[in-house]
Order: sequence, then C-alpha cells, then structure tokens
Amino acid sequence: MLYDSVFVFPNFEVERDYDKCIVCKACVQQCTFDATYYLPYRARVVSKDTNCVGCRRCEAICPTGAIKIRRYQGEFKDNAYWTPRDLKDLYKQAEQGGVILTGGGNDRPYPVYWDHILLDACQVTNPSIDPLREPMELRTYLGRKPDRVEIRYNEDGEPELKTQIVPNLVAEVPVIFAPMSYGALNLNMHRAEAAAAKAMGTYWNTGEGGLHRELYPYGDHTIVQVASGRFGVHAEYLQVSAAMEIKIGQGAKPGIGGHLPGGKVDEEISKTRMIPVGSDALSPAPHHDIYSIEDLRQLIYALKEATNYEKPVSVKIAAVHNVAAIASGIARAGADIIVLDGFRGGTGASPAIVRDNVGIPIEMALAAVDQRLRDEGIRNWVSIIAAGGIRNSGDVIKAVALGADAVYIGTAALLAVGCTLCHKCYTGKCAWGITTNDPYIAKRLNPEIAAERLTNLLKAWAHEMKEMLGLMGINAIESLRGNRLRLRAVGLSREEMEILGVLPAGA
Amino acid sequence: MRQIKRRIYPIEENCMGCRLCEVACAVEHSKTKDPISAFLEEGWEPFSHTVVEMIGPVSFSLSCRHCDEPYCVEACISGALRVEGDGRVVVYEEVCVACGMCVVSCPWGAIKPRKRDGVVKAAKCDLCPDREVPACVAACPNRALIFDTALGPGLEKVEEEEIIEG
Repeated sequence: MLYDSVFVFPNFEVERDYDKCIVCKACVQQCTFDATYYLPYRARVVSKDTNCVGCRRCEAICPTGAIKIRRYQGEFKDNAYWTPRDLKDLYKQAEQGGVILTGGGNDRPYPVYWDHILLDACQVTNPSIDPLREPMELRTYLGRKPDRVEIRYNEDGEPELKTQIVPNLVAEVPVIFAPMSYGALNLNMHRAEAAAAKAMGTYWNTGEGGLHRELYPYGDHTIVQVASGRFGVHAEYLQVSAAMEIKIGQGAKPGIGGHLPGGKVDEEISKTRMIPVGSDALSPAPHHDIYSIEDLRQLIYALKEATNYEKPVSVKIAAVHNVAAIASGIARAGADIIVLDGFRGGTGASPAIVRDNVGIPIEMALAAVDQRLRDEGIRNWVSIIAAGGIRNSGDVIKAVALGADAVYIGTAALLAVGCTLCHKCYTGKCAWGITTNDPYIAKRLNPEIAAERLTNLLKAWAHEMKEMLGLMGINAIESLRGNRLRLRAVGLSREEMEILGVLPAGA
Repeated sequence: MRQIKRRIYPIEENCMGCRLCEVACAVEHSKTKDPISAFLEEGWEPFSHTVVEMIGPVSFSLSCRHCDEPYCVEACISGALRVEGDGRVVVYEEVCVACGMCVVSCPWGAIKPRKRDGVVKAAKCDLCPDREVPACVAACPNRALIFDTALGPGLEKVEEEEIIEG
C-alpha cells in the first residue's frame, strides 16, 4: 500500500459486510493497531490489512456481526520448504536488520505429548467414585516434606509430633497463576489474578516486576518473584508474601533475560519496580550472583533468613536438556519447590527465533525430573510445579500423574480474560487491554469481570478434575501424583515412552 | 418522599469508549428494534439518548440523571416534561412544542431535540420502559453502566450531590 514497503504482505484481511455495517465506528475506536479507519467522504469504515494482527477485537465488538477476520487469501507460490511465515520474517529482517520479536508461547508444530497420553478408568474389579456423592480432595501441600515422621508422648501421655514440619503452601486447587510481571501485564490483570486466587484458595505469582502496594492485602495468596533484575524486591515485599520464587529461567526464552521498554514504565510501575520513570527495565540473562548450585543455595537461604524461615522458597527453571541434574542440584540447594517451565510457555516479549527453537517439552522434563529425584531418594524434599502450555484440566491431571504437585497457568489465564493469541504482547498495544499499560486501552480489562472469569475457569477445571479422579477410583489428587501406571501412551516411540515412564496402550 | 429511584450510573474507570451504549439506545428507540434496520433502512435517523464523553483515557456514557428537582421540568413551558411517581423524568411528546427550553436548561446536556417524520420533539432517556434493564446497560461489554433500582446507603451521597438547589 502507499507509503508501505513493497515487501510487506498482510497476514490477515478484514472482511466487512457493508450490508450489515451501521458505521458505528466501534471497530475504529477499538482497533489499537490502526488497521481500521473511517473515510468521512464515503461515510464508510475501511481497513488496512497490513496493520491487522488478527486479534479479532473488532469482530468481537461489532454490534451487527459485520466483520470477519480471515487469513490473508493471497498466497505465495506453493512451497513445502519455505513457508509464508519464513518469507515474511525474512523480508522484515532484510528491511529492518533487527531481531524479530514476539509474545506468547511457541506455536510451531512440535509434538504435543499430552495428546499422546490417555488416562485409565475403573471397570468392574475396582470401583470408581462419584465425586458428586463422595468427598473428593484437590487440596495440595507444596513444599518440603520430612523424610520420616516421628512421634513422642508428652507428660500426659498424649502423642505429639516430634518431627519439625517446614512451612508449606496449601492450594485448594493445584492450579496456580503463572508469574507474569506488572509491566508486562497491567494492574487490572494483577488485581483480577489476586482476587481470583483468593476466591479459589490458590495462589498467583507476581512475576519479576514487584507487587503493587494496593495488592498487599492479597499477600497470603501471592508468590513473589526474585529475578535477575531484582525489580521491586525489598523487605516488605518478601514479608507480605506467601512464598518467594527465584526465577532462573523462563520456558519461552531459556537462557535470556527480559526487557521492559522504558515507554511502558509509568509512574506506578516505576514506584513498584523501584526504577526511574521511562527507563528501560533490563533483566540480565543470568543472576550475576549465581554461577553454581552453592551460589543458588546462598540466595535461597538469604531469602529464608530474611523472612524468618516462615515461607517456602521456590526456584523456577526453564525445561532444558539436562534439567533432571539441575533439578537435583536445586533440591539439594535447599529449595522447597521447583518450577519447571516447558518450551510452550509464554512470554511478554522474546526473540521469535528463541521462543520457537529453544527448550524441551514440559512432559519430558517433568517425567525426567520426577524420576531422577525418586531415584536419588529426595523427591519428598521438593514439590514440583509444571508450567508451560497447560491447556485444560486433562493436561493438569496428566501432569500430576507424570509427577507434578501442581501446575502454573499463564496463557490459559490470559485466554480466560479475552486473549486471542495474536502474540503482539511486546507492542504494548494489546487491544484486549491485557498486556498494555496505556491507561486508555487498559480500561478494557475490567478487573471485576476478569476475576469472575478466572474464578469460573478454576471452578470448572476443579470440577472436571474431580470427575477424572473419580473415574480412576482416586479420592485425593495427592494419591495420583507420579502414578504413571494410570497413564498409557499412543503413537509414541519406545524411547519416548521410556523417558515418560508410561506403558503403551494395551500393555 | 420517593421510596424508589431508578437511575443509570456511569462508571468512568470501566468505560472504554466503544459507544455500544449509543448503538443500543438508538436501536431500542427505533421503529424495528433491529440494529441493521434501525441504522440503515427504516428512515428514522438513529438517535441515542446517551452520549459517551471522551477526553484521552477518561470516558463515560452520560444520559439523563433523572434529577429530583429537574431544571428541565421547571423550564418546560408546555408541561410536557414531568416527574413520574417512580422518579423518572418523562417527555410527553404530544404536549411538547419544541421550544428548546429544556435543552438549554439541562446542566448535563442530556436532552436533545429529535426530528422524526418531520416533527421536532424533546428527546431524553426514558430508562427503556419496555425492558427490565435499560438497553445501554445491557449492551455495555465492560460493566461501565450500572442500573440501580433502589437507594443504597452508598448512593445517598451521590443523590445529594445531584440535587440542584433552584
């Protein structure tokens, strides 16, 4: 189009039915990417397809259903090797000479192991349980468990616990909102997560951008993150929390740091992150004080010391090739919880090439870590949280059976409040008001509605999980943990099944 | 003393300026009550009683406040504007002579002249008598409009502010 480079080809086209368009201009007002505009002389709303990112906000808001967003019909010549995406990315880089950024999680067609695993059910010889008639427990304790429990009798002859139990997190549903920072998300989304976590008796995670003071009352349901940039970390932040998390890596971009552009750092974010307004918030790739398991141990105990050993400390790593050995080291360094973030995990901004090519599937990492810790006899030292691409309650149940104590949901939580996976989080222009700090766009995310939707999602998943536990004849989710005999694999190779520790269907 | 006061309250923090309230109001007060016909076919100019006011990130949908002591009723020379028993301020169109006094007296700009079938009359929010919840409130995708049917303790203050000493 005029003034555009000739190398720009649209990804989507906005199809507008002019028989239905009432020219209310709601789409023009709602499009944050300038893909839709009003032509006064023709009294018509028209589109600029090259700007459309496919977020479908206009389609959702149109009162007459006049808009359809479609994949761009014009195609390049068929080529089984060079995909249109490869071509467009290459053109863009030849134009601008930069790294292609993206948001969200890996969307490439790598195998999805969840979809190759099936659950067992009770028939005839072992009774299933009806969760509507019998008690069913989803409560999960996250943290270090003692090696053995010893009892002593006091002077009155009453038994009491001799073993000292270290503090654990108690989640009523084994689903926790994943770390997504204030800055990447806006305060409305943090408000919603906090309220939903409190309502459902579970937790939410601040991510590395600190905790806004307004949300301190939700501290009992908040896991606060300490990451390589140390943004927003101070004594009160640690003390107000339910647990602390050291972020080493992120599934979407293992081994690289973060960058919140200065333009997003407004007054409130500046106060929360403790950096000047308008300055870039750069999180280094490594923690500059952690170069070994011993260094990690120092930070873990520094945090425990700072909070009087009253809160568990979790360590979050990306799922990478030798994750089992690293997890073993983390357990021995004194962590109470290990978070494994698989390669499908999302991000606010990452080089696309990193998101699409680095890391390993969470299913493999989870099975490998659980097995390694069992083999070493230290599985009870830590709880494992699986993160990165949990899509539904079936994935949660499979993750638990593969060895997770609980799961993080990030992308799923964003989807619940409107995200359509357009992967434009890094632009700060999210038309659904989720990953933007523009006060005008952020208003679109009403924290009250968002909290209700998140609560509904967790309620629905909890109900489904109870159904699935019931059909397996299990009445507590903790009894399913690591019970891989209740899983069977379809369409996997012998090596894959060996790593997953799952038998083939029919065996 | 009125027991029940029905009012639409705009919530500025939630209004994102999409103007669907205006669309819904125009549709509800059209001949056919169908969104496409109301705007494109039926010959009546689409007319919304509520208007979204916007300056930068600040926006809200403003319609008639149904004041306790309405200026418009005081100003009306023909007696077309009246306060009903339930607190609604209503235009009796057959009595309206389109003098425009109510339009200039309303401090909220909530009354506008409306031309339909060649006749001009005063037009303002009627709280959608055919609906349980007014159209604008039902259409708002972000709960930026709240329909209150009873005075709660929190709302008495708001009402006091809105009473305009004559």
